[in-house]
Amino acid sequence: MGVKNKPLGEQSIQFGRAPYILEYASVCGTKESEGPLKDEFDECSADDLFGCDTWEKAESALQEKTVRLLLRKSGFLSSDIRYMFAGDLLGQLIASTFGLLNFEIPFFGLYGACSTMGESLSLGAMTIAGGYADKVISLASSHFASAEKTFRFPLEYGNQRPYSATWTVTGCGAVVLGEGNENNEKNAKAKITGITTGKIVDFGVKDSMNMGACMAPAAADVIQKNLSDFGYSVNEYDKIITGDLGYIGQKILIDLLNAVDIDISKNHMDCGIEIFDSEKQDTHAGGSGCGCSASVLCGHILNKIKNHEWKKVLFVPTGAMLSPVSFNEGQSVPGIAHAVVIEGVNER
Amino acid sequence: MILMQVKDDEELSKQYNDYVKNVTKTTSLAKNMFFAFLVGGAICTLGQIIIDALKNNGVNQEHANSITLLVLIALSAFLTGLNIYPKIGKYGGAGSLVPITGFANSIAASATEFKAEGMVMGLGCKIFTIAGPVILYGLLSSSLLGLIYYLFGGIGPWA
Repeated sequence: MGVKNKPLGEQSIQFGRAPYILEYASVCGTKESEGPLKDEFDECSADDLFGCDTWEKAESALQEKTVRLLLRKSGFLSSDIRYMFAGDLLGQLIASTFGLLNFEIPFFGLYGACSTMGESLSLGAMTIAGGYADKVISLASSHFASAEKTFRFPLEYGNQRPYSATWTVTGCGAVVLGEGNENNEKNAKAKITGITTGKIVDFGVKDSMNMGACMAPAAADVIQKNLSDFGYSVNEYDKIITGDLGYIGQKILIDLLNAVDIDISKNHMDCGIEIFDSEKQDTHAGGSGCGCSASVLCGHILNKIKNHEWKKVLFVPTGAMLSPVSFNEGQSVPGIAHAVVIEGVNER
Repeated sequence: MILMQVKDDEELSKQYNDYVKNVTKTTSLAKNMFFAFLVGGAICTLGQIIIDALKNNGVNQEHANSITLLVLIALSAFLTGLNIYPKIGKYGGAGSLVPITGFANSIAASATEFKAEGMVMGLGCKIFTIAGPVILYGLLSSSLLGLIYYLFGGIGPWA
């Protein structure tokens, strides 16, 4: 480890030897297979139950399927992986617990609501860059039906969703991160050169059906910190990619940053907006869930970076930190967002 | 808008919520009311048709009413199982929520969803997750009204 890691500014780290993304994999459900990004995912299941009899088991099966695919694609065995960083939206992380049980890899369970992929990438990259592991897996998943059941109403209940509501993505994205050495370089698809860890930001919104509005301030905060900590201008990035702000959240984010003279309107992209065709698929404000940013990262985004269409992006998954209890007890819905700087490698 | 600079939490929350309200598209009330009228009216018309048909076949009014309710409940539960009722609910709104079919939908939907958690702790405990408040406060208010009727039943407009 010749080069030292450097804590930057208030909330960021620049890695001395940037950890590589050695391989990535994504698996999605049926609605995603009808969306605009359908060809970017590795697999789309025609069965949203993934051969199981309950939605919770289905989400576990989705995670297991994704990690198996990831290991197959990368050629690694589970014994090559030192740690696993994973999370989902279900209570007590049961999707990850039961989905990853069989791999027998040391496991850190994470909850960052829909920002979990940013959290797992950050911690995975820190673990690698700190020299505590040579290979780790970072992943996150969500499932429409299990999330509806946890946070909203039973599936067959005939209610109306407001325009601001989002549609939880059935999907999982997973990456193998490896040490930034010459040995790994030839297989690397991308590298993580830095991170900016978000704070919990609360602007006092209580409407859990408008999560874009709950999360946009957190995204604005972490993007602003990332730019100031690294001393970058907005043009440093080909894309600034938020997780699941949706149409309303996107507008708010751009307005919030405009107010502090940061204009991201030209290079902003939101995974939730990209993954569905809102008009045709009736998804209102867009897609959401940990699986939204995770699967779009491990399909669309890393494909573009691998093919050198994008050189450097800021990946900012966003989460709304509520539980059905906090909501019923009248608490507001704070947001969180974690920024990860992802760059291309091996350009010729 | 210079929200990020506002230091006072309450002021920030107020300003931000006002701003959010401005940028959040909402459904048109007129359109909602129109579809609620259409769907709610259709359900009630269906009920009336069943009552009339029963009465034409020699069933008395009281029995015709009860049988109609049972038919509507069964139909709603059936359509819930086929995932058709939520689609009606999406357009009908209150029109499909308020009639007895909406009540049946809320119970059937909870039953199918929570059955996986067991017949007692799942289906048994959670079947009234949505309908529970309607039952509780419905019973409570009708008991209160019953009491009023019992005490003052003989006088005033109730006489």
